[in-house]
Amino acid sequence: MFNIPQNSLYTMLLVLLFLCIGTITRLVLKAKFPQKDYTELRQRIQSWWWMVAILFFALVFSKTTAIILFALISYLALKEFLSIVPSRPADRRVIFWAYIIIPFQYYWAATSWYGMFIIFIPVYVFLFLPMRMVLVGETKGFIRSAGVLHWAIMLTVFCLSHIAYLLVLEDKNPQAGPIGLVLFLVIMTQLNDVSQYIWGKLFGKHKIIPKVSPNKTWEGFLGGLVTITILSGLVAPILTPLGFAYGLLAGLIISSSGFIGDVVISSVKRDLQIKDSGSLIPGHGGILDRMDSMMFTAPLFFHFLYYVKY
Amino acid sequence: MFFFALIVKPLVLFILGLNKRGQNNLPVKGPAIIAANHNSHLDTLVLMSLFPIAKIHKIRPVAAADYFLRSGFMKWFSTYCIDIIPLDRKNRVNKKALFAECHKALDNGDILILFPEGSRGTPEQMSQLKKGVFHLVKDRDDTQVTPVVLRGLGRALPKGTALFVPFNCDVVIGQPVPAQEKADDFIKLLASRYDNLFQYCVTHQEPEQ
Repeated sequence: MFNIPQNSLYTMLLVLLFLCIGTITRLVLKAKFPQKDYTELRQRIQSWWWMVAILFFALVFSKTTAIILFALISYLALKEFLSIVPSRPADRRVIFWAYIIIPFQYYWAATSWYGMFIIFIPVYVFLFLPMRMVLVGETKGFIRSAGVLHWAIMLTVFCLSHIAYLLVLEDKNPQAGPIGLVLFLVIMTQLNDVSQYIWGKLFGKHKIIPKVSPNKTWEGFLGGLVTITILSGLVAPILTPLGFAYGLLAGLIISSSGFIGDVVISSVKRDLQIKDSGSLIPGHGGILDRMDSMMFTAPLFFHFLYYVKY
Repeated sequence: MFFFALIVKPLVLFILGLNKRGQNNLPVKGPAIIAANHNSHLDTLVLMSLFPIAKIHKIRPVAAADYFLRSGFMKWFSTYCIDIIPLDRKNRVNKKALFAECHKALDNGDILILFPEGSRGTPEQMSQLKKGVFHLVKDRDDTQVTPVVLRGLGRALPKGTALFVPFNCDVVIGQPVPAQEKADDFIKLLASRYDNLFQYCVTHQEPEQ
């Protein structure tokens, strides 16, 4: 119907199958232990269904809808970030400009203007926003505001927009198509979160960074790292132009950087003394809570792939 | 009604984004009073959007007549899109006449939205609470006052600006405030409820100027 490359189609069907298993497991649990409260589990699984449905629909429909979806995710993430960090009343106008740059950044991606895509935010926006702040003229707290704003834009717009650029790269694995790269990145990143959590629950003893995140253990981190590295070595030849060896390396990059993204956003929340960054996704928290690892894995996976294959 | 279904609800959901807490405490039917803090013109729209579309016509914001019925468009908008209960702020002598419209609406089973601060004031800072709410519910044992705090709207659209900037906002709905004998006790209790509810906010408070 929509002419989905074979490998990507099977991958998407497999994900839907896993979601079905998740839903069935929850219903069985509920039937077996009717007195226990499974509200959060139900919300989590339902939210997964929605997120997967929206992502798959956008990916399958057209390249443009997928890029628009990623731009909207950037917008929601940026809004959430700017809502939880302190800002001065004088910054409102500059923040308005920060939102305006999102369509530009994704337009560069959609038209595969790589040079502009890669320097627009780190150079032009980086230099433009402080100039706009100077015109407002409030100097008290200037450097902190400029720093916070640029940090927010780099993470939520620049880093996330790399997912969109995966879609416009030259198709070097026709069996999977450009969708395959996005599926690979998203699935590996999310599975990494899950497998680090499961390994940590089962064998977790030695804490990595108790000050930032008391639940993160060496056992969880290393277990996830090994799982995702091997899995990615096996899956990469199916969904990406990478072979087994490069696939292993990609898994290593995704797993370790995903962990870092997770704890960096945890540190931000701990600094602000909040638990969740918002309540957009029931059972998960805010959009930043879901996209935290992706902000680190997307650019690092992209540039690894770009270096070895393009 | 269409105005809310087509414009306000999508706007509040996507352009603003709400972190809702305590939705269960929201009164489902009138007579009832919602007493919220006031930072922005968006406050009223956000509070109304918490209710289902089918109930929107029962939700009546109480608003200053001297401001909202001043000019042509504002008057048309306030009357037909929002359906406000105008309050004559200058008439402070005759309390009965002042609240007549409010009592009529409450008798009719409506849910009133009130801002006890009286005005939007400095963005994201609480002003002294006024006693009007107390006098309104004093002689009614059928009406409870539900406190609601809003935070972040004063960043999105503060007083005196026309530039709307998207920010997530917190809406925390508390349990009804029990009736009190004296106005001062009621105001004190309401203020302490607000302080308590602010703890559940996620968005960041504007730094003190």
